[in-house]
Amino acid sequence: MNLAMGAYGFYVWTAVAVFLIVLLIDTLAPLARRRRNLRELRARIARQENRRRPGTPSSHESHP
Amino acid sequence: MANWVPLWLHRLGSPPVFYRFAGAVRPWALGLALALGAVALYAGLFVAPADYQQGDAYRIIFIHVPSAWMSLFIYGAMTLAAFVGLVWRIKIAEVVAMESAPVGAAFTFITLATGSLWGKPMWGTWWTWDARLTSELVLLFIYLGIVGLYHSFEDRRQGARAACFLVLVGAVNVPIVHFSVNWWNTLHQGSTVRLVGPSHIEASMLWPLLTMMAATKLYYIASLFARVRADLIASEGGKAWVRELLTREEGAA
Amino acid sequence: MNPTRKRRLAIVISVLVAAVVAVGLIVFALQRNMSYLFTPSQVQEGQATQYPTFRLGGMVKSGSIQRAADTLKVSFIVVDDGGAMPVEYTGILPDLFRDNQSVIATGRMDSGRFIASEVLAKHDENYMPKELKDAMAKAHENRKIEDTATQDAGK
Repeated sequence: MNLAMGAYGFYVWTAVAVFLIVLLIDTLAPLARRRRNLRELRARIARQENRRRPGTPSSHESHP
Repeated sequence: MANWVPLWLHRLGSPPVFYRFAGAVRPWALGLALALGAVALYAGLFVAPADYQQGDAYRIIFIHVPSAWMSLFIYGAMTLAAFVGLVWRIKIAEVVAMESAPVGAAFTFITLATGSLWGKPMWGTWWTWDARLTSELVLLFIYLGIVGLYHSFEDRRQGARAACFLVLVGAVNVPIVHFSVNWWNTLHQGSTVRLVGPSHIEASMLWPLLTMMAATKLYYIASLFARVRADLIASEGGKAWVRELLTREEGAA
Repeated sequence: MNPTRKRRLAIVISVLVAAVVAVGLIVFALQRNMSYLFTPSQVQEGQATQYPTFRLGGMVKSGSIQRAADTLKVSFIVVDDGGAMPVEYTGILPDLFRDNQSVIATGRMDSGRFIASEVLAKHDENYMPKELKDAMAKAHENRKIEDTATQDAGK
């Protein structure tokens, strides 16, 4: 296989790397964001449940 | 006239339906994009013959040109979604427009970076302020401006509307990018320098290029749908369907 | 002014600034490229005299490239349909720089010669394998030979 790309290996392979790395970041970012959003939402719902039932102790909020 | 098409589109306008639809389509689009992209990259780098003039340096074309096409195509799709979102106040359209912008910015960045890597050995410079390069750089700024504007509002809906407006304003740049080479050429006082000839590429080099074009289109769909899903969970967080989804996912986990 | 309004104002101003910068860059690029490229015949007609530096565009005349033995200095002739212009340049040339290649040189005139500070190679949009190019060149030559043969026969 022609891995040297004539004298242009540096340019060709750097271009390929830029392409793959940028798109990999672009693929992973929304997946991580979705997970984070789900986690935050779960925490919010848990807080609301706690407020509805004041008997249960809450670790996040202090009720006056 | 098939009645089911607008009905289907109308249903898709509902966030829970779109969320499920996007979740079902995304893995297929991504899988197909990866398969086609791998074939195109292999064919472009190893199978296609070297160019008579540029040797192996021309192989950057298989990344650069499909990315450049995507940088404009995504802007077109985003403009359409922003227009629908602004005029009919369809929330999904706004979200699609907003979540298209980062993907478009990624492709624009790839276009500029790979173009620079191609320009250095062939033209002899990393960068020159010609109309095509400059307008593509402006396209990147517009994409980043849209992303920034969307996230600078506390109220997401308000941010989306303001940014959708910017999308429409920035659409002026798309024809400038596309035609810059033609317009620029005609400004060249009929010189004998053949700056732009009729686009011509031999078939053995063309098919990997078209395959990569299909792969990047599918990739856009996959990335967009993943982003829309993430966005909907945050913006529809208070709605019943997201809570249902949450309990269902907890059960699965 | 309350913080929300202040932020909104900042956003509007930054969007406006970005738009102005964008339009400015486009105009800047178009203006430079609209007027600053001249072919050798246009330079010889005196169209470029008003510019201290300009861009010269044309084709490298076949066989005109002369490289200095010990320095990076190189001289060549850029031609178009009706003119020719000797060019001098010191520096590293792009890989595509060769006979019959389109080039765009930036520089100034000095006693009938163009002293370039930068030489860029311009390639066309045709991509094809070397074999095909050779075959096409061969076919072209054959046709030329046939043409001259028929012309000779007609005499």
